[in-house]
Amino acid sequence: MSNDSIVQIKNVTFSRGERVIYDDISLDIPRGKVIAVMGPSGIGKTTLLRLIAGQIKPDAGAIEFDGVTINKLNRQALYAARKKMSMLFQSGALFTEMSVFDNVAFPIREHCKLPEDIIRTMVLMKLNSVGLRGAAELMPTELSGGMARRAALARAIALDPQLVMYDEPFAGQDPISMGVLIRLIRSLNDALGLTSIIVSHDINEVMSIADYAYIMANKKVVGQGTPQQLRKSESPLVHQFMAGEADGPVPFHYPAQAFDEELAEVLKA
Amino acid sequence: MIIDALAKMGRDTISATATTGRAGLMLFNALWAAPNLQKNGPLLMQQLQVVGVQSLAIILVSGLFIGMVLGLQGYTILVGYGAENSLGPMVALSLLRELGPVVTALLFAGRAGSALTAEIGLMKATEQLSSLELMAVDPLRRVIAPRFWAGMISMPLLALLFSSVGILGGHLVGVEWLGVDSGNFWSVMQAAVDLQDDVMNGVIKSFAFALVVTWIAIFRGYDCIPTSEGISKATTQTVVHSSLAVLGLDFVLTALMFGE
Repeated sequence: MSNDSIVQIKNVTFSRGERVIYDDISLDIPRGKVIAVMGPSGIGKTTLLRLIAGQIKPDAGAIEFDGVTINKLNRQALYAARKKMSMLFQSGALFTEMSVFDNVAFPIREHCKLPEDIIRTMVLMKLNSVGLRGAAELMPTELSGGMARRAALARAIALDPQLVMYDEPFAGQDPISMGVLIRLIRSLNDALGLTSIIVSHDINEVMSIADYAYIMANKKVVGQGTPQQLRKSESPLVHQFMAGEADGPVPFHYPAQAFDEELAEVLKA
Repeated sequence: MIIDALAKMGRDTISATATTGRAGLMLFNALWAAPNLQKNGPLLMQQLQVVGVQSLAIILVSGLFIGMVLGLQGYTILVGYGAENSLGPMVALSLLRELGPVVTALLFAGRAGSALTAEIGLMKATEQLSSLELMAVDPLRRVIAPRFWAGMISMPLLALLFSSVGILGGHLVGVEWLGVDSGNFWSVMQAAVDLQDDVMNGVIKSFAFALVVTWIAIFRGYDCIPTSEGISKATTQTVVHSSLAVLGLDFVLTALMFGE
């Protein structure tokens, strides 16, 4: 798999202050596929995307993207690498002072010196592919949550990147928007020859389009495989996550002293 | 107890030093590149409009009233010594040397500084700054630099306008209302005000205040904790810190410029 990987994470350790987020993790993102990264809330799934984008640097290990080691690049080379990737943020992160059209045109105007009519054609094509050509002149505040995310998706693919990273793309979406986004992610991936990494904990939605998935917990990759393989996994942690069970290897209770002991102390007091 | 206090003082000092370092790095990284006028020119114009032109109303109205108060108070005191003819220089020197730069900086911190912090903080909270970075556009050059230059250009001009309108306010009260001789008002003022010592020193003060206020405002926004509480705290800090910095710096500059 590694020869045809667009991203390779090799023995990466990352911590925030005292708290270790990742402890010696390795994973491969094969080119042209839709890859899901799943795991319980708060284990740093978004951090993984920021590491790949070079926004933060690991304490140890290497992150390779398209043949270059992202965490060793200087600023100029890192910015050059970023032109080949893009990220869809959870909030959409549209620029609020610009119309939808100008938002999508923004990366093109920043990086390419093109005549305005060509930019217009490119932007309308991208907006059409997410079904928002008619909303080109609206401001971000006039869009629904689902539309804002689709507009952000059009902006993310404006420069035809090789890799698109989706940070919780389905969070807070109604079933219709969710269905639209799921189909869009898969169809754009195949039509434009992208590679997609989706960070999410909406298991059923992600599993319906992912080619391969990683499950992360306890600072490690605890399971990986195709959706079918993961559903059949016998690992208790993977099983708990896939079945959405409240208690298991990931405990329901935050660590505390025994309940009866605490009650006894309260009664004694 | 003493050890605890010492430890806290040490931690605070380290934290303040780290903050100053981050603020310095932010400004350096935003400004070190050669300006690209074609790309940054329109951004600067837009910020001059937001930071400068939109602050005009509060600056002009405040300048007028402060000039009128100076005229009234000055006349009341000077007339007791038969020195009401010195009203012109009194109003002009107070404004040009002190009140123009200082009050403009304080008003600017409240009006434009707080807005800059809140805007940049919200851009951070809504991941707009991160998405710029991911689009290979440096937010320091795209967002921070034009706002910084807009502050640096606007504030000295606003301070000059403040002083000019203030002098007109002083004239309105002293000459039009209280009857000081108009020719005296202007001619004594012209004789007493020195371009280098008074006007230029005021402008230099204004540049120093512009640097401090704008720097604090944009850094507080850029460095804030990206939550509603964090942005609100950062906005308050901008107004408090920049006001104190302006007043402190004013004393130092005044001592350097006018102290013997």
